[in-house]
Amino acid sequence: METFFLIAIVVLVFIVVFQISKASEYVSILKGEEKARKQDNKINGFLMMVFLVLGLIGVWWCNDALYHKTLFSYGAASTQGKSIDNMMWITIIITGIVFFITQILLFWFSYRYQESDKRKPLYFTHSNKLEIIWTGVPTITLTILIVFGLKYWFKFTGDAPKNSQIVEITGHQFGWEFRYPGKDGILGRKNYKLIDPAKKNPLGVDWSDAASHDDIHVATTVHVVVNRPVKFVINSMDVIHDVGLPAFRLKMDAVPGTPTTEWFTPIYTTAEMKKKTGNPDFEYEIVCDQLCGKGHFSMRGIIIVETQKEYNAWMIKQRPEYRSAMAAVNSAASDQTLALEANQDKKTN
Amino acid sequence: MENEGVLHEKPIVLHETDHPTSHGHHKQNFIRKYIFSEDHKMISHQFVITGIIWAIIGGFFSVIFRLQLGFPDQTFPWLEDVFGHWAQGGRLDTEFYYALVTMHGTILVFFVLTAGLSGTFSNYLIPLQIGARDMASPFLNMLSYWFFFAASVVMFSSLFLTTGPASGGWTIYPPLSALRDAMDGSKAGMDYWLVSIALFIISTLLGGLNYVTTVLNMRTKGMYMTRLPLTIWSFLFTAILGVLTFPVLLSAVVLLLFDRHLGTSFYLSDIYINGKILPNEGGSPILFQHLFWFLGHPEVYIIALPAMGITSEVISTNARKPIFGYMAMVASFFAIATLSFLVWAHHMFVSGMNPFLGSFFVLFTLLIAVPSSIKVFNWLTTLWKGNISFTPAMLFAIGFVSLFISGGLTGIWLGNSALDLHLHDTYFVIAHFHLVMGVASMFGMFAGIYHWYPKMFGRFMNNTLAYIHFWVTLAGAYLIFWPMHYEGLAGMPRRYYDFSSWESFKMFQDLNAFISVVAIIVFATQFLFIFNFFYSMYKGRKVTEKNKNPWGSTTLEWTTPIHPPHGNWTSEVPEVYRWSYDYGKDGRDFIPQTEPIGSEEIQH
Repeated sequence: METFFLIAIVVLVFIVVFQISKASEYVSILKGEEKARKQDNKINGFLMMVFLVLGLIGVWWCNDALYHKTLFSYGAASTQGKSIDNMMWITIIITGIVFFITQILLFWFSYRYQESDKRKPLYFTHSNKLEIIWTGVPTITLTILIVFGLKYWFKFTGDAPKNSQIVEITGHQFGWEFRYPGKDGILGRKNYKLIDPAKKNPLGVDWSDAASHDDIHVATTVHVVVNRPVKFVINSMDVIHDVGLPAFRLKMDAVPGTPTTEWFTPIYTTAEMKKKTGNPDFEYEIVCDQLCGKGHFSMRGIIIVETQKEYNAWMIKQRPEYRSAMAAVNSAASDQTLALEANQDKKTN
Repeated sequence: MENEGVLHEKPIVLHETDHPTSHGHHKQNFIRKYIFSEDHKMISHQFVITGIIWAIIGGFFSVIFRLQLGFPDQTFPWLEDVFGHWAQGGRLDTEFYYALVTMHGTILVFFVLTAGLSGTFSNYLIPLQIGARDMASPFLNMLSYWFFFAASVVMFSSLFLTTGPASGGWTIYPPLSALRDAMDGSKAGMDYWLVSIALFIISTLLGGLNYVTTVLNMRTKGMYMTRLPLTIWSFLFTAILGVLTFPVLLSAVVLLLFDRHLGTSFYLSDIYINGKILPNEGGSPILFQHLFWFLGHPEVYIIALPAMGITSEVISTNARKPIFGYMAMVASFFAIATLSFLVWAHHMFVSGMNPFLGSFFVLFTLLIAVPSSIKVFNWLTTLWKGNISFTPAMLFAIGFVSLFISGGLTGIWLGNSALDLHLHDTYFVIAHFHLVMGVASMFGMFAGIYHWYPKMFGRFMNNTLAYIHFWVTLAGAYLIFWPMHYEGLAGMPRRYYDFSSWESFKMFQDLNAFISVVAIIVFATQFLFIFNFFYSMYKGRKVTEKNKNPWGSTTLEWTTPIHPPHGNWTSEVPEVYRWSYDYGKDGRDFIPQTEPIGSEEIQH
């Protein structure tokens, strides 16, 4: 019923608006078209000014209402993120100045130079001086932004420091898996053809590589140490995903068949961030940023940043995946042997 | 139709020495005149009306998915009445949500803003403004529309498949789009999508080759390239971009079809999905992204350039002043068109592409801001000391400049790869491209329709409706997209069905509801335009001989009869003596291009 009322109201509004518009056309013919046109012109010129003033107030008001909800309000949580925020401030200031100048000029000119019988428009076709100024100034400004941008870009996408902690992260529809290299610091070889959840090998680790025997596999939540660079080696099992880390200001696609990396140095622990943001439920969330299927929006991972001590206490409780996989294989094998024996028993009987 | 007497079967495409009246007078039947028409004006009507229908569908889809984003906890039982099992219990199915998002993008980018904008105005204005009787090949021109129509039919049919239309985003990245197991939309819907786009590419190529040939070869006597209105320059560059980049998308589409059906591995490698280990090895999904964006980025200029051309023409005409810096405008069109071939990988900074390669794309991407800013400054200077008449077209042209500035400046953020690391695929991107090429180009299209409507249909649209349409749409566009920048700065990702389980994003729920409400109001307001458009076609105020050139334009299209016949001019094609921007020169309001230069007159 409500829906019908709503539709009826909308249709009614349309009819009223239309009738008024149609009537205004007749009125303008009665009044004299030229006079009516000039009146419309005045109204629209005035509205240009109204729009400019309300728009500027709106920009301020929107910033007031939403700024504290952005990540800027409490700063980046990684050293890289700090640089990116700096860069962002430089860009905000430059583009902000251009924005205000050009928008104000646009609406001011529209208002100021609205049609008037007194004015003769200026026949002004070109000016090389002006053209050179507004080709040159943007070029120089943009060069500055390019230089800053590329400096940071090469720093962030270059090699991770030697002392980095390495963690492998694998995306699949719809979740994240993590693998630590264990004591030897080397991740064991993988081959996607060996993936077999039934044999407790969901990542397709090649057990014939001895380096894999101490690797530790955890799902969804990853623990890393504060103030120590961490390097993610990123894989995907099926379609393209993306490891988005808004709090650290980073992002990198997970591409099937092509491993990628991203590294950063977290500078606040999760506990510190809970205080900083005033949100007791705060978590460093891993956000999938590349459409990966119908569960895309639910592909959430968590990074727990903690002190070395807390990390050690957690790590010591983890068991290498190799052991559980071997246990699974052995029990499957013994099941098979039992079945075989039973068969043979039947035959001999 | 009082001009039917001069219609003739084959358009006269040669120069003004031909007299169309010397050909036989005969009537064309309904089918040849309205359906399989070879008249560029009729084809342009076909494009604009098909474009409007697609715009309603594409816009409606966005309203539906905005309902989900704005009110994730509520149910809307009427959705189930409309969409059946896709909205069981009045709540959108996640799969269907992604289908709507994908179709919204595909429809708006390709069918509305490419075919609807460039198809309509290139067809309508090129022959009329350069002084030609029709396109170089009217037959190919007709085919171009009918391939677009076929593409539309295929895409429209895909909406009714059991497994739904394509739902992997309008960028259809494989492996998601290549594997039937990855999502329902990658089943039959994806094949329909690929076939439809292949047909669409053929349509664009036929149209584009025709536009380029016509502009280069069929200008009337005296119409040197430097005397062309900027609209024609923009259509020329648009067509060149389309002809050079759409074939690359076709190759991407064909290879994807091979991967889907013939077991090849162009884009596939090392995949385990749905409990199956796939045999494909050695392919690269990144290859697809290169091929896609090699079209995909020029595509946004294919969308934006015609809007810029229309805006330049409309602003100059209604400010009663010549466009400022004509040659700089042409040069910046050229620079934008050239640079747009060198920026495609700025969509791929975080795709796993070599970061060193990325640095070149940062350079070229930020450089493309230079010609864009030249254009903005030139428009501003054109307004300065003008005598502005706020016709509906002029309002939309001013709106275009405002939106283009707002959306263009954020391009400087996103083009800088270091910032893109944070902003890529967030709502910041949504805000950026909707303002700069989505809404802005729609504004260019509205400006064009309001401006040339009297020529196209011989009647005027209602001004009051147009004014309401403009102010609500402009305010609405800012209310919808401005706050999205803040969501993007918080890292809120695009293409999410629901944010309520995310600690980082759930505080934007109220804002999302607000945006959805505004989106619905703006969508409803568009019906004022649609109604105005169709109503005025039959009932609008008639154009009379007295106001046959209603905006006081200098260009050639206004020298044709009120209802231009097939062949455009009943007598000889007029000769041109000057550029198209002699407004306010020597104390005269405007001097048509057809008027010879006076002996005392200084050429610009």
